[in-house]
Amino acid sequence: MRKELAQFKPLSIKDLPKEDWFAPGHRACQGCGTVLPLKLALKVLGPNTIAVSSTGCMEIISSPFPYTSWKIPWIHVAFENPASVASGIEAAIKVLKRKGRLPKKEKINVVVFAGDGSTFDIGLQFWSGALERGHNFIYICLDNEAYMNTGVQRSGGTPKFAHTTTSPAGKVIHGNMTWKKNLDGIAIAHNIPYFATASPGYYMDLINKVKKASLVEGPSFLHIYSPCPTGWGSKSEDTINLAKLVVDTRIFPLFEVIDGKYYILNRKVDKPKPVEEYLKLQRRFRHLTPEEIALIQERVNEEYERLVKLCEIFAPPKEK
Amino acid sequence: MGKRVAKEVSIAVADAVAQCRVDVISAYPITPQTHIVEHLAELVNNGELDAEYIPVESEHAALSACIGAAATGARTFTSTSAQGLLFMYENLFIASAFRLPIVMVIANRSISAPISIWNDHSDVMTIRDSGWIQTFAENGQEAVDLVYHAYKVAEKCLLPVAVNLDGFIVTHVVEPIEMPDQELVDKYLPPLKMKYKLDPKKPITMGAIGVPEIYTEAKKALDEALKASYKVIVQAWREFERLFGRKYQPVETYKMEDAEVGMIIMGSLAETAMNAVDEMRKKGKKVGLIRFRLWRPFPMQDFLKALGKVKALCVVDRAVSHCSTGGPVGIEVRSALYQSNKRPKVLNLIAGLSGRDVTVEDFMEMFEMTYESISKKPKFSYQIYGVKE
Repeated sequence: MRKELAQFKPLSIKDLPKEDWFAPGHRACQGCGTVLPLKLALKVLGPNTIAVSSTGCMEIISSPFPYTSWKIPWIHVAFENPASVASGIEAAIKVLKRKGRLPKKEKINVVVFAGDGSTFDIGLQFWSGALERGHNFIYICLDNEAYMNTGVQRSGGTPKFAHTTTSPAGKVIHGNMTWKKNLDGIAIAHNIPYFATASPGYYMDLINKVKKASLVEGPSFLHIYSPCPTGWGSKSEDTINLAKLVVDTRIFPLFEVIDGKYYILNRKVDKPKPVEEYLKLQRRFRHLTPEEIALIQERVNEEYERLVKLCEIFAPPKEK
Repeated sequence: MGKRVAKEVSIAVADAVAQCRVDVISAYPITPQTHIVEHLAELVNNGELDAEYIPVESEHAALSACIGAAATGARTFTSTSAQGLLFMYENLFIASAFRLPIVMVIANRSISAPISIWNDHSDVMTIRDSGWIQTFAENGQEAVDLVYHAYKVAEKCLLPVAVNLDGFIVTHVVEPIEMPDQELVDKYLPPLKMKYKLDPKKPITMGAIGVPEIYTEAKKALDEALKASYKVIVQAWREFERLFGRKYQPVETYKMEDAEVGMIIMGSLAETAMNAVDEMRKKGKKVGLIRFRLWRPFPMQDFLKALGKVKALCVVDRAVSHCSTGGPVGIEVRSALYQSNKRPKVLNLIAGLSGRDVTVEDFMEMFEMTYESISKKPKFSYQIYGVKE
């Protein structure tokens, strides 16, 4: 087990600073579950952080010139390339420190915030390259499971049968016909120092994962579930419910993978709630037949069992 | 002064980049740019150049990483050709709008299809409107000198610069090249200091949304910056001349003083064209040559001055702008003339696509065609020269 993580002492809510580095007054929708984890992540990372955003909701709602929500240095270049931009920033920090043009001892976090469109689809090669090259940065995928900024079109992160504007629940074709892409598997396959999933429903877990990501040397990848009331047709007040339910139904298990080899299940769900409880809170699933719900349930069970096995077989060595 | 040594131009260009003490290099291989970035990797890995070398997975990432690095205050370099330039396309406009002093060498190559690795200007002509300063080298020495100049100008104007050299014809040729002493380069090029950068001590927001109320002004600001760069470009060449002894100017002329027919061409083919000028003059035809070294910002006044009193002008383009009113340079030249009182006849030919040889005889024929166009109006607004029947 790597040292940075073996000695990690989890933060409690009392350890968190009062300051936020993402200012209120931004233009996110009511109940936005994407901006929430973003704000929490910055709380942990603090002011010595440079953030890179992909094009998308979080960029749009935070930077209508001349206003900005970012109290830290922030850059947005394009849709697919935030990991490449971060590569350049990280390389620059490294060489400028070496040459004495930046203070050598000061740690500067480099963090990417990208949506599922940017991560599952158009930017796949870019973050893959950045992870493979080993840049010291944190990649955070805020996954709200469709292209929300352009009006709810399907992405590789959209779940099976979900209604979106490009996978409408039609009379013949019942919503999105593909299973959600196995993003976690792809990210883990890069054997990066730290990978984790998180949900704002379990915010202390999320906060501690951001902290761990900032402690490891090298790339880390966080896949964060981000409810979107506007795109999902859910109630704003249900955002946190959904962010808990998605874990409690085993749809989105909370786990970590260290160095691509040690699997840790952070929240074992022994008495799972049926997926239907989660699905019925969202209009994007309202057309589902009982058979389709059963199919989803079957898939969720299968994937969860597989993950539990992985966590048993590849558990981290016990610390002495 | 430095020594004159025989060097492959790509190697010399990479050495010049190293002499500029670049901080971050980010590049992806594409023929015929490869020797430049290979040599830089060699210099870094041998400890001869203290820089971060990011071997990115694509050209799009190459420029993206340069944007990130430059925005953090590092001196950056990338290089590409043809498809690579097209793949990084969207970032080109962002780099200039962000006012980042990135330097890129483009080893000019034709664009697909058909796929071809040989030289013409079809790649760089697609980025005319990108807001980058763009210069063209005729030979190896000029290519090297334009690299030092590029950093000087980029960092003074806070604008990206693309230095163009013909793929293979320049990049892969061994030439005697004078590499200046390091002290001289250091004197010419002080360390980069950026007022606005990604610095946690002084946070800024880069890449905000430009609502309709501000987008026009943002574009106007970039336009003014590029316009204003002209003075800096010329001054930087003057300073270069004082320090390094070689003189450069935005537009180069050859025997234009008394010319009745002129020719315009960019890049290395100008050397062949000069021979054609000499041959024509032997036959008693007063012809001359104009070469744009600076392409963006377009050197309007230098161009009009260079024209002298020609009756006709042959614009030789190295790229096609399909079914428009001319080749890219031809369109530009006609538009420039329309804004002046000079009205020479303009014959616009497209030649040397994808490395097709353009010989002295070809250029002489083009001159003859131009003479004919004075009395007999051509039936075309542009023509692709030398097409096999």
